[in-house]
Amino acid sequence: MNSRAELRDSQREISRFQLRLAVGIGFVLVLFGILLVRFFYLQVVRHDYYVTLAENNRISLVPIVPNRGLILDRNGVVLAHNFSGYTLEITPSKVANLEATINDLATLVEISPRDRRRFKKLMIERRNFETLIIRNKLSDEEVARFAAQQFRFPGVEIKARLFRDYPYGEAMAHMLGYIGRINQKDADRLEEAELAANYRGTDYIGKTGLEQFYENELHGTTGFEEVEVDSSGRAIRILSRTAPVSGNTLVLSVDAKLQEVAVQAFGNYRGAMVAIDPTNGEVLAFVSKPGFDPSLFIDGIDPQSWDELNNSPDTPLNNRALRGQYPPGSTIKPFMALTGLHFKTRAPSRTISDPGYFTLPGSSHRYRDWKKEGHGSVDLFKSIVVSCDTYYYGLATELGIDKIYSYLSEFGFGKKTGIDIEGESAGLLPSQEWKAKRYKQKWYPGDTVSVGIGQGYNLVTPMQLAVATAALANNGVVYQPHLVRETRSPNGDKVRKAPQVQTFDARVPAEHQDLVRRAMIAVTQPGGTAVMASAGAPYAIAGKTGTAQVIGIKQGASYNESSVAERHRDHAWFIAYAPAEQPKIALVVLAENGGHGGGTAAPIARKVMDYYLLGKLPDAPVIAPADAEAEND
Amino acid sequence: MTRQQLWRRFNAHLDRPLLIGILLLLLVSLLVLFSADNASIDQALKQMINIGVAFTLMWLIANLPLHYLMRSAIPVYLLGLGLLVGVALFGEISHGARRWLNIGVATIQPSELMKIGVPLMMAWYFEKYEASLGLRHYLVATILLLMPVALIARQPDLGTALLIAASGFYVLFLAGLSWKIIAGLFAGALASAPVLWSMLHDYQRHRILMLFDPSQDALGKGYHTIQATIAVGSGGVLGKGYLNGTQGRLDFLPERTTDFIFAVYAEEFGLIGNLILLGVYLYVIGRGFAITANASTYFTRLMAGSITLTFATYAFVNMGMVSGILPVVGVPLPLVSYGGTSMLTLLLGFGILMSIETHKKLVQT
Repeated sequence: MNSRAELRDSQREISRFQLRLAVGIGFVLVLFGILLVRFFYLQVVRHDYYVTLAENNRISLVPIVPNRGLILDRNGVVLAHNFSGYTLEITPSKVANLEATINDLATLVEISPRDRRRFKKLMIERRNFETLIIRNKLSDEEVARFAAQQFRFPGVEIKARLFRDYPYGEAMAHMLGYIGRINQKDADRLEEAELAANYRGTDYIGKTGLEQFYENELHGTTGFEEVEVDSSGRAIRILSRTAPVSGNTLVLSVDAKLQEVAVQAFGNYRGAMVAIDPTNGEVLAFVSKPGFDPSLFIDGIDPQSWDELNNSPDTPLNNRALRGQYPPGSTIKPFMALTGLHFKTRAPSRTISDPGYFTLPGSSHRYRDWKKEGHGSVDLFKSIVVSCDTYYYGLATELGIDKIYSYLSEFGFGKKTGIDIEGESAGLLPSQEWKAKRYKQKWYPGDTVSVGIGQGYNLVTPMQLAVATAALANNGVVYQPHLVRETRSPNGDKVRKAPQVQTFDARVPAEHQDLVRRAMIAVTQPGGTAVMASAGAPYAIAGKTGTAQVIGIKQGASYNESSVAERHRDHAWFIAYAPAEQPKIALVVLAENGGHGGGTAAPIARKVMDYYLLGKLPDAPVIAPADAEAEND
Repeated sequence: MTRQQLWRRFNAHLDRPLLIGILLLLLVSLLVLFSADNASIDQALKQMINIGVAFTLMWLIANLPLHYLMRSAIPVYLLGLGLLVGVALFGEISHGARRWLNIGVATIQPSELMKIGVPLMMAWYFEKYEASLGLRHYLVATILLLMPVALIARQPDLGTALLIAASGFYVLFLAGLSWKIIAGLFAGALASAPVLWSMLHDYQRHRILMLFDPSQDALGKGYHTIQATIAVGSGGVLGKGYLNGTQGRLDFLPERTTDFIFAVYAEEFGLIGNLILLGVYLYVIGRGFAITANASTYFTRLMAGSITLTFATYAFVNMGMVSGILPVVGVPLPLVSYGGTSMLTLLLGFGILMSIETHKKLVQT
């Protein structure tokens, strides 16, 4: 090859190479152009989006749980409050041998079988990376003893928590209810009500009673700390803090002392008592016996305690005042009397002759009076005083069920009273329509007869009857009963009074009101059925006894109290208001299996009224325990 | 010799413009390392040692006359290939891949050596047969390329294998491989993609899938990509400021002193910072191309071109991976990421560039 050719060759070679290099440079520019577009897209177009993501990464909101609101009685006595205490808690996922660890712990702090059972139940219910309570309310000494040995127990720690405490325990359990751990159902409900954000960090929620009904008032507003966290969730620093607002204080119309007196007055009887201020519907006392220890439920009840409560023949978990439905018995008679007067079916002076039974025209079936031989000549006044059944068999028949239904409705029978606790029963005020729907049967005249003495289809709750009795004391005006009188903001500057709501009005004219009142006063006087109720009382009591049959008595058989098993004995009712001329308190007492109202229920009512009206505390044990059987319960 | 003469002698084979670009990138490296290491000087200091060692090597190579470099092509290539076979047979496994070879005193990663060894060998080969280049020579060069690439790919280290394949391909391309064959190769690569897919390890497939939808596995494999993208995006135009990047400082960015250091940079310096960094890279690359264009021999042109293009590819792949347009392949950001081995390989390459630039007159005469 000559050198010229070689040069030309190499020249061509170089220009070809330059071309390739130019393509290479173009390639690099394209690649960097792609990067540039990508950076512009991420850092300009989508900048806001990524800033949000980065902030979400960085900032964690830590909820600060507000203190739950207090519950006070009408005089400021504390009924529910919070106190801080220490719990011993175990994180099961961090503990190798749980059984051994708990046994070891038991040498330092007392761990009862109940604690162990509750812990086992919590283990099943909750995820095992949560800390679970093994012991509540450690004493200072126990805290110190554990703290010294803590190194031996990885996965076990002491936590400071706020506890809910109910100083009156059983006596108020059915009224106050209790709080408990938020379960899935609660969580779903909160989610639906868009309250879930306010419950972040909250473990407990009102489950029953006032704690449940006023949950929104009591809970308060959750505060938040904005905390900067790293990728492993460790807090680096606090950026801002929004303080929580404690829940509102509930001030009840209930008088704690009155409640205690009432509970004690029941002695060993099961039953219920509701006392109401007839002028405004404020509930003064709300008793359902037996009660239960509400603190058992707060951190999850252990299975054994639950079985005991749930399977007890005394049904302590049943809120009798609110949900117990009983035949009203003779306590319906003053209302029936007013119905008769209202429809002018019976003039006050009209008398009937009572042979001791009533028969429907064209029938031989005898509806018996409680008094075999009869009461003789009976007018409306006497019919209440002696509780004459025959009078009311006739009255009911003359009225017919439609009139009875329409007028008794005006006292609120058959309808929920609207008290501020969930789960109220409506009772039952029967009508033709109801029977057709319920039994697909027509209404028979015989059905009306027994409705007249409160032993037919009709059922009332003690709450309902108390509201009706308050109306009886208040010319037929029915107020919606309420336990909470007012709610106060935590610092007390905002007070909201419960509104006074009139639900019904039976419009009882003064002369009817006066007649029935005089008759009810006479009930508590010698010759009446509840003479024990007002013996020696310096104020006049208007009352009415009643018995609610537990078992039916066959035609022709007679009821012998002493021969009937205690639990099959009749329930005793007593309704009353006092002072009769200017009523300040209206109440209902139901003593289950108490027999006659005058003997068992009326003395309980008397003690409650004495305390409320006179400030007098009962000195002796209230009732001679009905008998040995009752005591054994 | 006077001090001045000594200084001149020292500087004689350092290319000033290239050196300035490299120093700028190293400055960025130290600054960002300080931030990425939670305002601790530790990693920056260690990186300075890495830089010192690598600089010494670069200086030596830059001063080495080119015929020594050409002469070393076959031994380096064979040594590299031998070591790769050794790795395949006796290598140590870490993170599910067999990449390291324990040679008694230290563990070495032979694939790093091949980043220079493969283009060196290929450039030497083309130089040798420059006068009579035919299809046959391109075929042989391709085989020279594919042997180490295959060995590295089955370690498995797909990222390095692809990058070495790229550096070799650049040599083929610059050596004038016909466009028809290049088109054919691409078509063949596309056609064989399903076959390659079936040969990939699960984690490699996962990484590629994750590129298309990182949120699918937000806490697992997609986490790297998601957090890095958040860092870049939240940096905005101006950035969050030096030492103020929350993604980096609060530990949300993984591997943020090595493969993901660009996320720390982009978060703190924003789009403006990115433009500056791209500018510095383009400056270094541009200087590389200038050296390539001025190179006097076939060998040096191929070598300089391949080194420069490979450097550009590294930068693109890393930034593309961090900003979420390429799969996570474990390629460091050249000259910025922490690491001694990659620093050594890169500066070795720049040493060759400098040698090419500063020895060309000698060759020409």
